[in-house]
Amino acid sequence: MTKQIHLAAHFPGVNSTTVWTDPRSRSQIDFSSFEQLARTAERGKFDFFFLAEGLRLREHKGLIHDLDVVGRPESLTVLNALAAVTDRLGLAATVNATFNEPYELARRLATLDHLSAGRAAWNVVTSSDAFTGENFRRGGYLDRADRYKRAAEFVETARELWDSWTPEGTSRPFSHHGPHFDIEGEFTVPRSPQGHPVVIQAGDSDEGREFAAASADVIFTRHGTLEAGRTFYADVKARLAAYGRDPDDLKIMPGVTFVLGETAADAQERAAEIRKQQVSPQNALLALEQIWGRDLSAYDPDGPLPDIDPDPDSGLVQGRVRIADPFAVAAKWRALSEEKGLSIRQTVIETSTRQSFVGTPQSVADELDTFVQTEAADGFILVPHLTPGGLDDFVDQVVPLLQERGAFRTEYAGTTLRSHLGLPEPVWKG
Amino acid sequence: MSATRSLHLSAEIGGPPHFDAAHYVSLARLAERGTLDFVTLSDTFARPGPDALAVLSRVAPATERIGLVPTVTTTHTEPFHVSAAVATLDWVSRGRAGWAVDVSTGEAEARLFGRRSAAPGDDLWHEAREVADVVGKLWDSWEDDAEIRDSSTGRFIDRDKLHYVDFKGRTFSVRGPSIVPRPPQGHPVTVIDATADAARAAAVRHADIALVRTDTPTAARAAREEIRDRARAHGRDPDRLSVLAALPIELHTTADAVDLAGLVGDWYEQGAVDGVHLLPADVERDLGFVVDGTVPLLQHRGLLRRFYPGATLREHLGLTRPVNQYARAGESS
Repeated sequence: MTKQIHLAAHFPGVNSTTVWTDPRSRSQIDFSSFEQLARTAERGKFDFFFLAEGLRLREHKGLIHDLDVVGRPESLTVLNALAAVTDRLGLAATVNATFNEPYELARRLATLDHLSAGRAAWNVVTSSDAFTGENFRRGGYLDRADRYKRAAEFVETARELWDSWTPEGTSRPFSHHGPHFDIEGEFTVPRSPQGHPVVIQAGDSDEGREFAAASADVIFTRHGTLEAGRTFYADVKARLAAYGRDPDDLKIMPGVTFVLGETAADAQERAAEIRKQQVSPQNALLALEQIWGRDLSAYDPDGPLPDIDPDPDSGLVQGRVRIADPFAVAAKWRALSEEKGLSIRQTVIETSTRQSFVGTPQSVADELDTFVQTEAADGFILVPHLTPGGLDDFVDQVVPLLQERGAFRTEYAGTTLRSHLGLPEPVWKG
Repeated sequence: MSATRSLHLSAEIGGPPHFDAAHYVSLARLAERGTLDFVTLSDTFARPGPDALAVLSRVAPATERIGLVPTVTTTHTEPFHVSAAVATLDWVSRGRAGWAVDVSTGEAEARLFGRRSAAPGDDLWHEAREVADVVGKLWDSWEDDAEIRDSSTGRFIDRDKLHYVDFKGRTFSVRGPSIVPRPPQGHPVTVIDATADAARAAAVRHADIALVRTDTPTAARAAREEIRDRARAHGRDPDRLSVLAALPIELHTTADAVDLAGLVGDWYEQGAVDGVHLLPADVERDLGFVVDGTVPLLQHRGLLRRFYPGATLREHLGLTRPVNQYARAGESS
């Protein structure tokens, strides 16, 4: 039997990929935008709708970064509102396990799960830096190992709280005494129609994979080649057995972009045009400064790369993931630029993430299906470059082709997110 | 009190816990049919019930005009998260959000978080004032026109219209700015039960609506005068702070609804209060009598409006949209 594809829709928040200069780009904050994209996803019978999170505005050269889409609503609140205007679509919120507390967050997630009749999901992320911490009581800095330990204990504690009510609806006292959380009392929300909210874990790192294998229902990954996808897939699925889990208990869903055209050439042309819009001259210099760690504003984005060395300890960049080895990246970029005769902007376009799936609806459907049938993924989280209309063409043109070949549902079989994902209801551990 | 002003009428829709959205949607719609200014949904971490802000977010798209005021406590939460969530309720309701500020007392609630021991009420309310203060600053940390989408310079926002709040309180500090752009109402409406002293000290500084639990119009009038005087002493315009009597009600017959209209109308006409906040014993039953019995009588007496004149909760309450404290500072410098 054809393996079924899982599809999710991402509403891009703070990012440099949304082409906000496009006249079709609308508000990133008005509820109408969220409603429109969610309704489109539900029309396409998607598994869920996905929101990222921000906890501090990013800075560049000590100033608030002003080139990207900035500003977004708080995820769980938006998803509760979306529960009113959708019936089946899963609702996934990214919420940090570093700057929240298990009792409050477990309660908010359980409430969303009830109010949506079993459609809630939690994408667990962590944060390490004191920069973000400056907005929170928690403050401070957690090293990488500690933040994963805290996150793991956070998820475990949330599950203990969700299980503190019996399936029959009786509340029982809970107590959790661990290195990060030492709490007890009574939880205020009974089990929901899907037992627990679905837990998503984002991460390609070794710690991320292990955490997901131990505990997550979905892993949200980067997209790579078919071969890289298969390797990742095999690695992660193999880790599940150690935790007494079945390979099907964890769905692997890379975040992907797409560009559709009437012909392959048309799609490639559109893709190139989108890349140019995403990498404005200002964004090209910014990307360069993030690697070089230096003020490069005097350089011409249409000119050659700077011949000076990076300064990795300048503190120029705040609130972004740091480049591991800026010297190596700079050397690679220089080589590429010289070999192909590329300007700064062309080099950034050439090296930065490109659209994952570019082609006709038919070829994109074929490719997506190939990834799933050959075990490089269980599905995809689609990231449109336009909000809120960026999924319309995919839903109208690609989804029907996937349905025709029997790789994607034509109707929701169940009402809960777990049922869409084919995940069993968690066993109650009273 | 000007003759054109309408008395303010609101109601609490909590009660025994429910976890289905339909229950709350139907109560909010009922209150909306009665053109009430807003509904409150009380909340605490200590007893069974869903997260109130989540419930009213779920209710928002299912209603059109009614103000939505969840209780959000300030003791164990992160002020930055509180600010973002209430601002987002304002976005998803298109300008109908408020929050009822409250504190979490007692060791049992503290044990749910395990971060700090229980503290005296005065300390908690001092902290609540700080939270209300920083939340207001975060709401203002984006000027209304901060998003510019200027393709010629590639800038999505004008960073000069975003502001660090750099707040340092006794128990927390927040750098800012907010992640959420300034909400539609500028500031969602702040409601504080000002019956107890410590809470009243917060209300006179930060509330748009102060509630007082009292049995008599004389006591209500005294409380109202005191609250207005103290607000004035803090440099506020007392006409921007409505005082509502919080009235427990239990209505079993149409005659009870008529009596309630008489009482509410009399208190209002005597200038004892700006309106009432109803606390039903049985919300489905009592709110039905209020909407079908009490409301039409108050409308007939010309005390209560027959329709919503505006779209936002501030408009229902006759409150203007607050000036942005940072934009104002920028202009004067």
